[in-house]
Amino acid sequence: MTILDISGDIDLANSPAMRKVLLGEIKDKHTPKVLLNLKNVRYIDSSGIASLVEGLKAARDSGARLILYGLSPSVREVLELSRLQKIFEIYDTEEQALAS
Amino acid sequence: MVTEIHGWVRVPKPLQKLKGKGTPPRAELLLRLSLQSNPEALCLVRATVQRATEVVPFPEAQSRAIVRSVDEALANIIRHAYKSQRGLPIELSCWRLPPDPLSRKPGGGLEILLSDSGPPVDLAKLRGRSLEEIRPGGLGLHFMKQSMDVVEFRRKNGKNLLRMVKYLAPSKPEEKPQGD
Repeated sequence: MTILDISGDIDLANSPAMRKVLLGEIKDKHTPKVLLNLKNVRYIDSSGIASLVEGLKAARDSGARLILYGLSPSVREVLELSRLQKIFEIYDTEEQALAS
Repeated sequence: MVTEIHGWVRVPKPLQKLKGKGTPPRAELLLRLSLQSNPEALCLVRATVQRATEVVPFPEAQSRAIVRSVDEALANIIRHAYKSQRGLPIELSCWRLPPDPLSRKPGGGLEILLSDSGPPVDLAKLRGRSLEEIRPGGLGLHFMKQSMDVVEFRRKNGKNLLRMVKYLAPSKPEEKPQGD
């Protein structure tokens, strides 16, 4: 299991870096359970959401789990706008995500 | 990087008074930015547009929606109009639309204009996509259309022009306490 701590704004400037780390963990390292800590993410745009979706697809293809936790209201809002809040495994706290 | 920020510019001219039916109040330029197609500039623009929404002022959720729309529009210009080339020009301006009791949108609002010098936009590609498909990509335009009241694309003088408007709900009259 790996916990990835993401912070700041996930936008066109730095979503590629998050995507690279996320896909590396799932596809290259074959980590079976990847937790994304989004507590310190203030903003996410559609490119950030696209990276999360790519990560989710990669996880499903390899039988891994991708779990998001600590979503701020603005991040949650963007997932709801994208109608993806029911597609991802989402928890409020790290404890809940670890126990899942 | 942002090459030039003109800052807050208030149009000083008084409202025009015409005989007869009168003229609608003029839009007020809040902000004009000349920036380049560098993704690192997006956070600066978000912060500046956020402050512009607070001048109107919009409620917080609507401010976030406006900022998100501008951010997505700029990202689309960078990625699609300019094919991710850095250093190409983008112009952005924000105009406060004052309240006008005679208009269909009496609460006023914010108008945002973006222009780029990329090739003509293929309007057929601007329809967005179904959210039933779970796949990366194609969400930016959806966010813009969900958040803004007007999203218009056109071409003029060799530039792509995007106009977005968010109207503010008119404020309710204060209720008088009973007994007054």
